[in-house]
Amino acid sequence: MNKASSLAMATALALSTVPALAQKTASQGIDEYRAMLQDGNPADLFEAKGEDLWKKARGPKNASLEKCDLGKGPGVVKGAFVELPKYFADTQRMQDLESRLVTCMETLQGFNAAEISKTAFGRGEMANVTALATWVAAESKGMKFNLSQSHTQEKTFYEVGKRLFFQRGGSHDFSCASCHGEEGKRIRLQDLPILTKNPGDGVGFAAWPAYRVSNGQMWSMQLRLNDCYRQQRFPYPGFGSDATVALSTYLGVNAKGAASVAPAIKR
Amino acid sequence: MQNRRETLKQSAVVAGLLATAGFPQFAHAAFNKAAFDAKSVQDAAKAAGATSLTESKDVTIIGPDIAENGAVVPLGASTALPGVKQLLIMVEKNPSALVAMFYVTESVDANFSTRAKMGQSSDVYAVAIMNDGKALWAKKEVKVTLGGCGG
Amino acid sequence: MADPMRIRAQAAGDKATVRVLMSHEMETGQRKDASGKTVPAWFIQEVTAKLNGKDVFSAEWGPAVSKNPFLQFAVKGAKAGDKIAVTWKDNKGDTRTDEATVS
Repeated sequence: MNKASSLAMATALALSTVPALAQKTASQGIDEYRAMLQDGNPADLFEAKGEDLWKKARGPKNASLEKCDLGKGPGVVKGAFVELPKYFADTQRMQDLESRLVTCMETLQGFNAAEISKTAFGRGEMANVTALATWVAAESKGMKFNLSQSHTQEKTFYEVGKRLFFQRGGSHDFSCASCHGEEGKRIRLQDLPILTKNPGDGVGFAAWPAYRVSNGQMWSMQLRLNDCYRQQRFPYPGFGSDATVALSTYLGVNAKGAASVAPAIKR
Repeated sequence: MQNRRETLKQSAVVAGLLATAGFPQFAHAAFNKAAFDAKSVQDAAKAAGATSLTESKDVTIIGPDIAENGAVVPLGASTALPGVKQLLIMVEKNPSALVAMFYVTESVDANFSTRAKMGQSSDVYAVAIMNDGKALWAKKEVKVTLGGCGG
Repeated sequence: MADPMRIRAQAAGDKATVRVLMSHEMETGQRKDASGKTVPAWFIQEVTAKLNGKDVFSAEWGPAVSKNPFLQFAVKGAKAGDKIAVTWKDNKGDTRTDEATVS
């Protein structure tokens, strides 16, 4: 048993034998609950699938993804997750992990990128993209975010992302900042991290992809943004769109130095 | 999606495997439907072979005080007592109380963990059924909150 | 064929702690889908495990076990290099066996 889970188990054991700990806050109780789930994250199942998909020859070109360039050179996976989104010279645009995976699936394997992008999350090739993203993220687990801001596009997308973060609209006049723009906010029992600055290790941008226990689904960052927009009563900007990549750039740059815990486990 | 032929073939393969495996020390019959259909803790324990139910400090139930989401609640049952035949994990207020039944053999510790769905806040039970049929139990309350729309 | 399980078995002293993650929907048979139809019960009913081919573990599960189930148990007399094979069987007759080496 690794140290974290030993500690979780010991904590759980200690608490189950202490009778009157009634004054524990709900927040502490939830933290303990989350700690108990750390060991044995069903995200592992998607991670395994993702690794398999990376190495398997598939698609019209019957090729694997092992030569896919995620920003650190063809086939380099370790460390790639914590440097995305970034500017790619071959596609001449800013790309996040998922849009980059789809690019590779098209150029290396012959899949149709537009088709995949239109596919609903959790279905068909989109489900495979999520599994791949889970594995790629896992390969950078514990590493610190270090997005580049050297290319003009990278700087522009940061600024665009910031504007989008604060842009209010939709029927409820929400913006990302409505939930994530202040310290100490929460929705019912979920703490909402403030995302206008570095929220710390394993929080916010550093916690996705994540397995959501409430619906038993693996959620990538694109799906997380999709669902945020849904809750704001906005239409979703589109898979891999400039808007979503810009937001990810804003969040990722803000998270510089924070350690990634992806794939995490969430409510 | 499996078709009927494939399902039958697989069942035959599984049946064949079970036959060759023998499962000598597992004297239990096929899946105990009665125990898993039983509504209450008492009925489920009885259907599993318990002749009496007594609270005991020698049985341990492990679970969180609060579960952020009732879909996944980590629960563990254990005991250091000798002579245990089965360890059961139950959620009192679920439509059917019995979640899982573990057979204790000399090859495993009487210590099992899994994750259960809980429909609402409820007492959760660990029940140890001894070789002589007597059952000992421990319980704890687990509060379940659906949680909000966040993370 | 269902997705593979993730099995980790770690030896400490004279026993090995086995942790398994299984890929399964674990439908209770009480849920309704988007169109209002009840989704039929589909869940793992039986889990067994062998150590180097010898039966060591057996459990029966009901539909209340969570989706993508997690299981942890400790096998006595296991040491590094031994083989653990875990098998599940569900109420439709589907089954899956995966193996891992005790580390």
